[in-house]
Amino acid sequence: MAVIDVPRKRGTSHGIFRRRPFFTLACLVVLFFIACAAFASWIAPYDPLAQSIDAMMQPPGGDHLLGTDSYGQDILSRIIHGARYALLIGLGSVLLGATGGLILGVAAGLSKGWVEWVLVRIIDAILALPSLILAVAFIALLGQGVDKVTLAVGLSMIGPFSRTVRSDVLQVKSQLFVEAAGLMAIPRLHIIRRHILPNIIFPLCVQVTVRVSEAVLVSASLSFLGIGVTPPTPDWGLMISEGRGFVSFAPWMSGMPGLALAALLIALAIMGDGIREEYDPKLRQGR
Amino acid sequence: MLAHIGQKVAQTFAVLLIVSFASFALLKLAPGDPVVLMLGSEFSQETYDDMRAQLGLDQPFLAQYVQWLGDFVTGHWGTSYVGRADIYTYVVHEALPVTLTLTAASIFLALLIGVPLGVISAVRKDGVLDTVVAAGALTLTAFPSFFLGILLIWFLAVRFGLFPVMGFVPPWQDFAAGMWHLALPALTLSTFFIGMIVRVTRAAMIEVMEQPYIASARARGEPQWRVVWVHGMRNIMMPLVTTVGLQLGGILQGAVLTETVFSLPGLGQMLTNAVLGREYVLVQAGVMLTALMFIFVNLLVDLSYPFLDPRLRTR
Repeated sequence: MAVIDVPRKRGTSHGIFRRRPFFTLACLVVLFFIACAAFASWIAPYDPLAQSIDAMMQPPGGDHLLGTDSYGQDILSRIIHGARYALLIGLGSVLLGATGGLILGVAAGLSKGWVEWVLVRIIDAILALPSLILAVAFIALLGQGVDKVTLAVGLSMIGPFSRTVRSDVLQVKSQLFVEAAGLMAIPRLHIIRRHILPNIIFPLCVQVTVRVSEAVLVSASLSFLGIGVTPPTPDWGLMISEGRGFVSFAPWMSGMPGLALAALLIALAIMGDGIREEYDPKLRQGR
Repeated sequence: MLAHIGQKVAQTFAVLLIVSFASFALLKLAPGDPVVLMLGSEFSQETYDDMRAQLGLDQPFLAQYVQWLGDFVTGHWGTSYVGRADIYTYVVHEALPVTLTLTAASIFLALLIGVPLGVISAVRKDGVLDTVVAAGALTLTAFPSFFLGILLIWFLAVRFGLFPVMGFVPPWQDFAAGMWHLALPALTLSTFFIGMIVRVTRAAMIEVMEQPYIASARARGEPQWRVVWVHGMRNIMMPLVTTVGLQLGGILQGAVLTETVFSLPGLGQMLTNAVLGREYVLVQAGVMLTALMFIFVNLLVDLSYPFLDPRLRTR
C-alpha cells in the first residue's frame, strides 16, 4: 500500500474549525440547508404546491412569513422544498461528473503515444465549452426534468474533472514506487488499483466539494432560463425566473429564493475554499 | 519558436475537428426526423425519399459530416424551421455582435475595477483593505449573476429609474444610448470576473514583489508608484492575459444568463429559444460558435506569451 504521506502539520480535524471562523459559519449554513432538505415535509408550514386565489402575491409577514407568489403558493415552503432539489441535483451531478472525469482522466494519464494525444485533445474539446453551454446542448437532446438536469449538468462537468485527474495521475506516475512496481512486473491493473487510484482519490474528493457550488449554480441557471426543471417544481432558479416579471411590485417573489440560492452558493464557496487551502498539497507548498 | 507555433496550431486544429464532430453528432442524435419536420404532416413515400436524398440524408455518416463541415465553413448554415430565416445571417450578423459587445464591455469593466483592487491589496498585504477585498472577491465570484441582475434592475432601474430596464441599442449606431443600455448588463456580467481578476492580480503581484528586480528598482531609489505600476505591472501581464483567455468560457456562459435577464437579443437568447423550439441546427450553431471563440482566443493568448515576456522568445 503506497499512499503518499500527506503531512497534516496543524492539529486535529477539530483545529480547522477553530482556525477558520468563516469556514465554520459556512459549514453551519450548508448544514442548515441540508437539514431543510432532509426534513422539508416536517418543517415547511404549507404544501409547496398548494395554490390559493385568496392569498396571491402577499408581502412577507403575517400568515406567510416570506410572502406568496402569483399562484398564492407559500414562498417559505417552496424555498425549504427547493433546498432538496438544489442539493440533490448538485450532489448527483457532481458525483456523475467526478466518475466520468476519473475514468477519462486516468485513461488519458496512463496512455502513451497517439492515444494520449487524442484523449488530451478530447478533454481540451470538452473544456472549450463552458459547463452551462454544454449542459444546454445536453438538455436539447435529453429534454427537461429533474433527472435530465442532473444528467446534463453531470456530463458537462466531466471536462474539468478529467483535467485535474490527469494531472494528478501524471504526478503519481512519476513517483518511484510506481516505477518500482512496474519493474517488479506487477500487472498493470493491479498497479492502477493499489498504487495510483488511492493517491488520486483524495484530491478528487477535494475537487468534488469545491465544485458542488458550480453544479448547484448551473442547474439553477438552467431552470432560470426556463429549460431545466419544469413548473410547478419548487426549484429556486425557476422561482427567481417566475418572479422576474413582478419585480416592480412583488420583489420578494424572486428576492427570497434568490437570497437562499446566494446564501447557499457563498457558503459552499467558502467551504470549498477552506477545504482546498487546507488539503490541496499544491496550494499549501506556496506554489 | 516556429515549431512551437506550429504545434499549437496543430493541436488547436485537432480540438476544432473534435468539437465539430461532436456538434454534428448532436444534430444526428437529436430526436425527430428532419424530413418529417420539413414536409409537415401529409406526404407520400416518394416525396419523403426525394426530400431525404435532397437533404443528403441517404449518404453514409462520414460523407454527411464532410458535407456539413464544408457547408459550415463556407457559411451555409441552413434555414431556421420556425423563423424561416437564414441561420448564418441571423446568428453571425444579428446575435453575435450583441454578445460580443456585452462580453467586451464586461471584460473591460472587470479589468478596470479588478486590477487596481488586486494590486492595492497585494501591496498592502494582510491589511484591512486586503481582508475586505478578499471577502468581497469571494462573495462576488460565488453570487449568482442572474439574481444580481434582477437586484440591479429592481434598485437602479425600477426604484430610482437611473437606467433602462432592458433592451439593446447598438453602440456603433448611437454610442451614448448604447452605453447607457449596456451599463447594467455589463456590470452584472463583470461581477464574477472582477472577483477572479482581483484574486489573480493579488497572487501574481505578491509573487512579483519578492523578485530581485523589484528590490533593485527600489535600491535605485525609484518611487513606489513606479515600482508597482511599471515594474510590477509588466510582470503580471502574463497571468492576467491567461486568466482572461481561460475565463472567456465563463464570461460567455454568464452572457447567456445576463442576456436573458435584460432581454438582449444575443447568442444566449438564441440558444434558449432554440432549445425550447427544438431547433437543433441553431443549438449546434451556438455551440460551435462558443467553442470557436474560446479556442481562437486561447490560441491568441498562447501566441502572445513571447510578446509579453521577452524571456520566452529565445526558447
